[in-house]
Amino acid sequence: MTDYLIKNGFVYDPILGINGDKVDVAIKDGKMADAGDVTNPTIIDATGMTVMAAGVDVHAHVAGPKVNTGRNFRPEDKLFNGTAGSGIKRMEGGFSVPTVFRTAYLYARMGFGFSMEAAMPPLYARHTHEEIRDTPIIDQGALPVFGNNWFVLEYLKENEIENTAAYIAWLLNQTKGYGIKCVNPGGTESWGWGLNCETVDDVVPYFDVTPRQIVSGLIEANEYLGLPHCMHVHGNGLGEPGNYEITLDTLKIAEGFKPQNDFGRDVVLHNTHLQFHCYGGESYSSKFFESKSKEVVDYINSVDNISYDLGVVTLDETTTMTADGPFEHHLSHMNNLKWANTDVELETGSGVVPFIYNPKTFIAGAQWAVGLECGLFIKDPMRAYITTDAPNAGPLCRYPRVYKWLMSAKARDDMLDNTLKYGDRIRERCYIGELDREISLYELAMMTRAGPAKTLGLGHMFGSLKPGLEGDVAVYPYNPETDTDDPEKIEYAFGNAAYLIKGGKLIVKEGEIVDMGNKRTFWVNATVNDNPMVERDISEKFRRYYTVTQNNYAVEGHHYVPNPYVIEVDATK
Amino acid sequence: MAKVILTPTQTPTLFLEAENITPDVFAGKNAAEIAALHGFVGKTTVTLGDYFTVEGAGGQTAADTTVVINGDVSRVKYIGMKMSAGELIVNGNADMYVGGWMTGGRLTVNGDIEAFAGLGMTGGELIVNGNAGNYLGAAYRGDWRGMQGGEIRVSGNAGSDVGTFMRGGTIVVGGNIDVHVGTHMEGGTIIVKGDAKSRVGGQMVKGTIYVYGDIDVMMPGFQYRNDADLEVDGDNGRFALYEGDMGERHPKRKGEVIYGQLYMKY
Ligand SMILES: [Zn+2]
Repeated sequence: MTDYLIKNGFVYDPILGINGDKVDVAIKDGKMADAGDVTNPTIIDATGMTVMAAGVDVHAHVAGPKVNTGRNFRPEDKLFNGTAGSGIKRMEGGFSVPTVFRTAYLYARMGFGFSMEAAMPPLYARHTHEEIRDTPIIDQGALPVFGNNWFVLEYLKENEIENTAAYIAWLLNQTKGYGIKCVNPGGTESWGWGLNCETVDDVVPYFDVTPRQIVSGLIEANEYLGLPHCMHVHGNGLGEPGNYEITLDTLKIAEGFKPQNDFGRDVVLHNTHLQFHCYGGESYSSKFFESKSKEVVDYINSVDNISYDLGVVTLDETTTMTADGPFEHHLSHMNNLKWANTDVELETGSGVVPFIYNPKTFIAGAQWAVGLECGLFIKDPMRAYITTDAPNAGPLCRYPRVYKWLMSAKARDDMLDNTLKYGDRIRERCYIGELDREISLYELAMMTRAGPAKTLGLGHMFGSLKPGLEGDVAVYPYNPETDTDDPEKIEYAFGNAAYLIKGGKLIVKEGEIVDMGNKRTFWVNATVNDNPMVERDISEKFRRYYTVTQNNYAVEGHHYVPNPYVIEVDATK
Repeated sequence: MAKVILTPTQTPTLFLEAENITPDVFAGKNAAEIAALHGFVGKTTVTLGDYFTVEGAGGQTAADTTVVINGDVSRVKYIGMKMSAGELIVNGNADMYVGGWMTGGRLTVNGDIEAFAGLGMTGGELIVNGNAGNYLGAAYRGDWRGMQGGEIRVSGNAGSDVGTFMRGGTIVVGGNIDVHVGTHMEGGTIIVKGDAKSRVGGQMVKGTIYVYGDIDVMMPGFQYRNDADLEVDGDNGRFALYEGDMGERHPKRKGEVIYGQLYMKY
């Protein structure tokens, strides 16, 4: 295997405390190494460029049935937006719901090495893994959704943590899943009865359990198992004006819980796409709507066991997709565009709706502001990660644009003054106008690699250039000494990595993709004590309710997960 | 005005995709440069010169460029796609996507055309002295933004799904029209001077459809309102006004609900 020495770049690594110093970065046998330990390395000249560990995405929707429904029912997303194959690259296409190849190439061009698929319906885990398998270059994992699952609802009604944990361990194994995702806890199931959950104490019909019990029980089960990642929640009331109260109520459920794991994870709850959960006021009109990002992030700053990602609205035409079925239904009635919906038997649901975040409307501009505020109010950037909830708040390809807005007050002012029609009103109703903070490259490295790697329990592999970690390095054509004059240079550089090395392989060379890498699927194999009751419940549910047999349910390793990376967790105590 | 004359020299074995045949692309180019422009046949890239002789040259801008195709191009797609100005005349039949997404200028076909002509068009004139195919002035597959402006005139008959998701502009069909007229229509005007078959205005939200002849089967979601004497496209007559589609959502304007309007001539 070729060794590499990346010389003369400005290096940013918050784990090693390197803040823009010119140090040599070495990769030996696929792993990070001390510069002195490589012999005859290939030299990469990073003069005038920025060097970081490869990016780690904590939350994106890039593989699985929802994404594919988006692709299928939005042929117009690919209109005039395809690129013919060239070299080793396949044909790519799509803007908000790109093909698997474009997804991989986009991540590579943005210097990313790992992405977590944020919502895998267990019943359709096979489809999700087929797409993950077909997405080259990047390592990926997927989070099965648990927040409306009948087993979980039944066990948590009686606060049976051990049984919940045994079921979770079984499901992670069956679906080759990575951790616990919880979407609109109890709400999606309630919607099957024509209802939703609007407070954390609303009772789910028939199951007689509340969002509070579900969130608390899933945190407890997560820590009982000692999983690498924490409970990953998309709370109730997403997108609803006034929802910051239910968000705070949800976050407060984590009080008193301590992380129990061997992976260096510090948090017990990850609140995804916080932007969608920080709204005050009682409607979307500029008279009533207000940002509550400060109130929510203030609370998160006051505790130490919660992380979140931003979910910044990028003001594009995009495709929304979530296991929050009722929300998508609501959205389709707001914009009268097409709507797709699925009920996933016993487990979850989902909806897909195209959406245009129009900068000429007050609300889209306000949402844009709230998302950035969520990134600017954080005290410890190791707990706030930059996402667009791709493609919900914006397409994956817009990450570099979000960096630009976070890193440049001038770029934000330019939006408020020139692009957004209601810029002044947005300054009044949101906090954006008061914030002159500019995220530094050092903080950017926390918010896009070191932080997410730690919260995913992957800090021992990704997010830093520390010797022994995976040989994942990105080099961006951005000179922190001379390129600060124009924020557009940020957006360009972080979307056009000059080099990406992944697992010690050179993937991007001088801006061109030259290798498809060695894609791995990460999953967590948790071992628990034998639990005959849960085993009986599972076979009973399959016999009575599922339309598939248990034999046709599991993700069988070789075909679906040809190159697994299994993280073993022993919860037998 | 500068003129470019294209004369077909061979019929493509498959179909030639020639989105470069527009006054916009030809402007500022001489005959050799135009002949070197690319097109696609299947997955192979070809040049216009492989399929046409090129005479003349483009003007300085699209607005002072006229393109004339003399001959049958019934296996050539995307003629006049996205044209914004100038003039394009086809003396022969053409294939699909004629004038797709055009924003201005005048495109005349003296012959028949296939489906998807004037798709998503926002301006200009598309004149067909012959018959048109399906999805005339409609939206691209999956899209909700059909024809939004400009004018399409067909002297002969038109196929099915004309004006699907239409939002503005005018389509005039001199002859008969097939099923599904103005489905999901949210604006604009469709005038059918001959007969229509069925499903006229299905899921129509706003906009106006006139039918001079008969409609074989009327949509159940339309309600008769009143009779009116009108002048439509230079023709005078008495029309019965129906409103619908009652099965669809309808916006309000100044407190009044706005419906799609379907006028049938007595
Ligand atoms: Zn999401």
